[in-house]
Amino acid sequence: MSAELISSLTIFALAMFLGFELIGRVPTLLHTPLMSGTNAIHGIILVGAMLVAGSADSDLEKILAFVAIVFGTINVVGGFLVTDRMLDMFKRRPGREDGE
Amino acid sequence: MIPLALSQNTINLAYAVAAILLIVGIKRLSSPATARSGNIVAAVGMTIAVVVTFFSPAIDSYGLIVAGIAVGAVIGVASARLVRMTAMPQMVALFNGVGGGAAALIAVSEFHRLAPAAGHLDGEPLVGIMFSALIGSISFSGSMVAFAKLQELLPGRPLTFAGQQVVNALLFAATVAAGIAAGTTDDQIWIALLVAGALVFGVMLVLPIGGADMPVVISFLNAFTGLAAAATGFVLDNNALIIGGTLVGASGTLLTVLMGRAMNRSLANVLFGAFGSAPASTGPAAAQEGDGDGRMVREVTADDVAVMLAYANQVIVVPGYGLAVAQAQHATRELAEQLEARGVKVKYAIHPVAGRMPGHMNVLLAEANVPYPQLLDMEDANPEFPRSDVALVVGANDVTNPAARSNPESPIYGMPILDVDKATNVVVLKRSMKPGFAGIENELYYNPKTAMLFGDARASIEKLVAGVKAV
Repeated sequence: MSAELISSLTIFALAMFLGFELIGRVPTLLHTPLMSGTNAIHGIILVGAMLVAGSADSDLEKILAFVAIVFGTINVVGGFLVTDRMLDMFKRRPGREDGE
Repeated sequence: MIPLALSQNTINLAYAVAAILLIVGIKRLSSPATARSGNIVAAVGMTIAVVVTFFSPAIDSYGLIVAGIAVGAVIGVASARLVRMTAMPQMVALFNGVGGGAAALIAVSEFHRLAPAAGHLDGEPLVGIMFSALIGSISFSGSMVAFAKLQELLPGRPLTFAGQQVVNALLFAATVAAGIAAGTTDDQIWIALLVAGALVFGVMLVLPIGGADMPVVISFLNAFTGLAAAATGFVLDNNALIIGGTLVGASGTLLTVLMGRAMNRSLANVLFGAFGSAPASTGPAAAQEGDGDGRMVREVTADDVAVMLAYANQVIVVPGYGLAVAQAQHATRELAEQLEARGVKVKYAIHPVAGRMPGHMNVLLAEANVPYPQLLDMEDANPEFPRSDVALVVGANDVTNPAARSNPESPIYGMPILDVDKATNVVVLKRSMKPGFAGIENELYYNPKTAMLFGDARASIEKLVAGVKAV
């Protein structure tokens, strides 16, 4: 195993643990917005698509990377905007400052 | 390549900042008071990660990237802005699917770039490539089926055939075998077969799952896409991808479990369970025979219901997907205001999975400015039904089905429901006698207490408003 792989695995394990801890007691009300928000976050795949596109050699790789960038951007932009729209619905509600 | 290129260390530092913002964002998203800011914090983190990637020394050309982002941004903004609130669940499925698709495309592209020149790939990138191609493709096609079911392009009921699980298992094994072949031979056809097999498997995985379980499935596929992104991070040796993807993989898995728990279902039960197996296929048929036994539903007019409501002490409104499709939330609030003006107490009982997504009803009613204290969750609502004169069920079905309490044969047996049948009278607003999203008959409608008011929910409620005014 390379040193890079070991450090990657360490980060992976810690992030896994953190992911479970983060959303411990989320109320049902927020299940959908939370799903939608985390959905936007895996749009980070866009960064990978950009890196692949930037160093693509053949036409096939360029086409694949281009579609991946389009997909990744839809994931990020659409994901965050839809989540914001959902959460926007809650904000005008009176008397809900303190949780739940 | 370009003068602006930053060092890899600077970029990694920026990725670390972005990762912290994503973590803080998820944390804030899980509490009602901070949720909106959490989404914005995460979006800022994402922006930092994307912008700093532009300055990566690994990038030689920008045309493709800029064009791709421009096209994706236009599609993303348009679809997120134009979609109606009722169609949000399928949008989430769609956005999730394209994320998985991106991971699969990256895997194939990387395989193509590394494989032919270098001969056999060494193990480390190969495992990541195969994993993200497999998981990303399943997430893509599975999400598209979920989208089609929610959009009603495909029937919401489970689509099953004999021996399905055996076929699925063989398909999955063949797909994994293609992945192994792709890694050990020079022929690129195997990676194409891996992706094709995974795409078909994704379709086969979601087809037998009933529409009512779609939120859980989307959450599950969301976690899948997260893991695919993390695997891509291993391939590209990129910490932002590993951290972002893994966070979603882990929190998405936990969220899936929590959503399943709200419906009293385990994940295995949702994926391979009751809705897809034998009892479900006999369920609707048996219920139809029940109709043949001459069970009658009682139909009433809007004026009858208006009088019943106007003279009630307490009315509980039970909103469901029918309210959402008919956009009846504003009319419903108007009806509630009319009733309150006459001294009738009005409350809303929100089942955790009413509509097509948890929280769906809260969002719609909040949009219509229904006062928050009137919204009761299931635990608070159920003790109120015996004290209520009328339970007004607006387009909700499966979440009120008493079979969940009483009939162990029912596919939804054990799911916590709203006890609307404990109210003195039950009025059900519904378009037709068609079964609900789970595809099963609702015994509530044959209860002598229950009166059916057929029609579009919004049109019916508007008639009730006029009726109450006239009383």
